[in-house]
Amino acid sequence: MISLRINGEVHDLHDVDPRTPLLWVLRDTLGMTGTRYGCGMAQCGACTVHINGEAARSCVKPVGDLNDADITTIEGLSEDGNHPLQQAWKKHDVPQCGYCQAGQIMNAAALLNSIPNPTDDDIDAGMGGNICRCGTYQRIRAAIHDAAKGEVDA
Amino acid sequence: MKRSLYAAVHFGAACIVGVGFIGCSSSEEPAESITAEPASLAVNAADRTAALDAFDVVYEVLQHPRCMNCHPAGDRPLQFDNSEHHIMNVQRGDDDAGRPGMRCVTCHGSDNLDAPHLPPGVSTVWKMAPREMVFEGLSKRELSEMLLDPARSHMTTDEMIEHVTHDALVLWGWDPGPGRTPVDVPHEDFVDAFTRWVEAGAPVPGEDTP
Repeated sequence: MISLRINGEVHDLHDVDPRTPLLWVLRDTLGMTGTRYGCGMAQCGACTVHINGEAARSCVKPVGDLNDADITTIEGLSEDGNHPLQQAWKKHDVPQCGYCQAGQIMNAAALLNSIPNPTDDDIDAGMGGNICRCGTYQRIRAAIHDAAKGEVDA
Repeated sequence: MKRSLYAAVHFGAACIVGVGFIGCSSSEEPAESITAEPASLAVNAADRTAALDAFDVVYEVLQHPRCMNCHPAGDRPLQFDNSEHHIMNVQRGDDDAGRPGMRCVTCHGSDNLDAPHLPPGVSTVWKMAPREMVFEGLSKRELSEMLLDPARSHMTTDEMIEHVTHDALVLWGWDPGPGRTPVDVPHEDFVDAFTRWVEAGAPVPGEDTP
């Protein structure tokens, strides 16, 4: 049996192959569909969650490796969608099609956990693996800066 | 002519191994004055040649993309068999394991995954070598000097033998997962060559060695 601690809640998984990527368990086994499937090979960032506080591509993380891990998904980032990043995202109307945005926000949250007030260079380096097909990168960067400064009122 | 060359070779060897000679300036004593070759010098010269041959094997391995890609010149890891810069603007960071938001563990896990184009993994922490421990772009002489400089290699030669023999990140070079060319030289031959080079005093190839 595999036991996953996701957003503070323990989920015991029976009959799940330990090689199954976390993303499939989140979406198909546990019904937590906020985390998106993009490429399935860690090349787009849409599936980003936190594992032990670090940004992680859930599509390439076998659940058999995650028994003792703390996992946070977009559903657990805040109580009611009021994380500073989520507020800043609304302020800047960051999403366009929206598909990548859960991954973008989770990756940005991991960045801010380590660097509370990042520079443009920090953002470019930390967010370089999150692809946005709509090209919202300038708004993403502006929203991260505003979230860092607490300037999130629309 | 043959004798002069023989004497000159042993003159150089004596300078390097530091035995049987007083001073190493050619102006102090002409090579032709040597009339009897101590047996120890001949052995040392042969050992040095064998050790340098062994280092050729070490060099070949350390220049292989599976090794060099994480020992680049600079702060950007390399990837693929052509050692191009890692996609996604991946950078070293303060602890050689990526910058915040884009850490090595963001994608690299505890084992290789079973299809091409997926990020490889290893049982220990996936990370770059320290910035000073660069392999990329070094000649044989420069690489051997780096290895023998603890400020850059961060290891003694004994620790290096342990590292190349057992470290999971090193061993990964021979088991890199689908889609990546393993190191050509068998691992046991590499360790044997590294050990022979070290045990022979770890001679540094000459400046004219490419």
